[in-house]
Amino acid sequence: MAKTESTFKNMVLSLTLISLGASACLGFVYQMTKAPIELSILNKKLEAIKQVVPEFNNNPNQEMYRLPTTEGDSLDIYPAKKDSILVGYAVNTYTKKGFSGNISLMAGFKPDGTIVNITVLEQKETPGLGTKMTEPLFKNQFNDKNPSSFTLKVKKDGGQIDAITAATISSRAFCDAIQRAYVTLQKGGPK
Amino acid sequence: MNQFKNFTKGFIKENPILVLVLGTCPTLATTSSSLNGMGMGIATTFVLIGSNVVISLLSNVIPDKVRIPAFVVIIASFVTVVDLIMQAYVPGLYEKLGIFIPLIVVNCIVLGRAEAYACKNTVFSSLIDGAGMGLGFTMALGILGAFREIVGSGSLFGHKFIHGDGVLVFILAPGAFLALGYLIALINRIKRT
Repeated sequence: MAKTESTFKNMVLSLTLISLGASACLGFVYQMTKAPIELSILNKKLEAIKQVVPEFNNNPNQEMYRLPTTEGDSLDIYPAKKDSILVGYAVNTYTKKGFSGNISLMAGFKPDGTIVNITVLEQKETPGLGTKMTEPLFKNQFNDKNPSSFTLKVKKDGGQIDAITAATISSRAFCDAIQRAYVTLQKGGPK
Repeated sequence: MNQFKNFTKGFIKENPILVLVLGTCPTLATTSSSLNGMGMGIATTFVLIGSNVVISLLSNVIPDKVRIPAFVVIIASFVTVVDLIMQAYVPGLYEKLGIFIPLIVVNCIVLGRAEAYACKNTVFSSLIDGAGMGLGFTMALGILGAFREIVGSGSLFGHKFIHGDGVLVFILAPGAFLALGYLIALINRIKRT
């Protein structure tokens, strides 16, 4: 077949056809992957909730509700219940004080406000420094502590948390996120 | 050209990273561990094969004056397909590679192969060329990632075998440049002999 001439008509026609073909393909792949993508996001959330609260047998995702923060935003609260008795809350909390961008955490609290466990959902901290917030050595400091009698600040700021070496800003941000979750939960009260 | 030679040229002789030094941005950014590097390499390989095949199929239909926009549309579609598939089936890797998956669109290796090879050659040669180049890229990223992971964090493929911290600079951006420089020097030495 001879090479198509670069006339105006040919150029418009070929680009249009290629774009049409491309969008048809994309639409098809989008439809195909829509369900698995939603499922994987949901699984990730449920997995995080399982890690941070005591054993439960309800569906926290269906009972999710929102509580307003002091800054006019809101946090997602996932109540965990065993045989319809409340055993804890998983709070999807965040901080804007991260070293590079927002940090998103899932923090688990007992009904009395004691921290059960924390897991990091999303962070963009410096690899090898700030990223150590995902390791047990740092984040397990919070476990079984009740923020009413435990100051959620790094030792440099007069608190009781050992900051990560060379990543004080990331450590502060982590404390800030947990503090936000605790304050919001206490203010909103049980539901 | 001999198809075997065509396939293997991407590994050493015309390796896109180590010899042509194309596409260094994703190379430096995604090789903080060997698995990340290889994941990026495989995603790029898929895009390369797909775009090379489609572009060589359509090369006679596309008028010369609009070939670059047409190539970009085709490449971008393949990248979006990879993006969606990775998001659905390997969410962990997808999150780690983040912005670098959509950025395969502007990876000069992909457009470079389309412009320099696929639009002038047959479909089958283009497929072999895409596969060879892509796997060469994957190999370079895997080696670079493995080296940075071993030195920087004392682990390989996520398994820790040295306790404590490694040489931190190799996980960060400057270490990527250093490691890539040494790897290129090594390849040059091998090529000379």
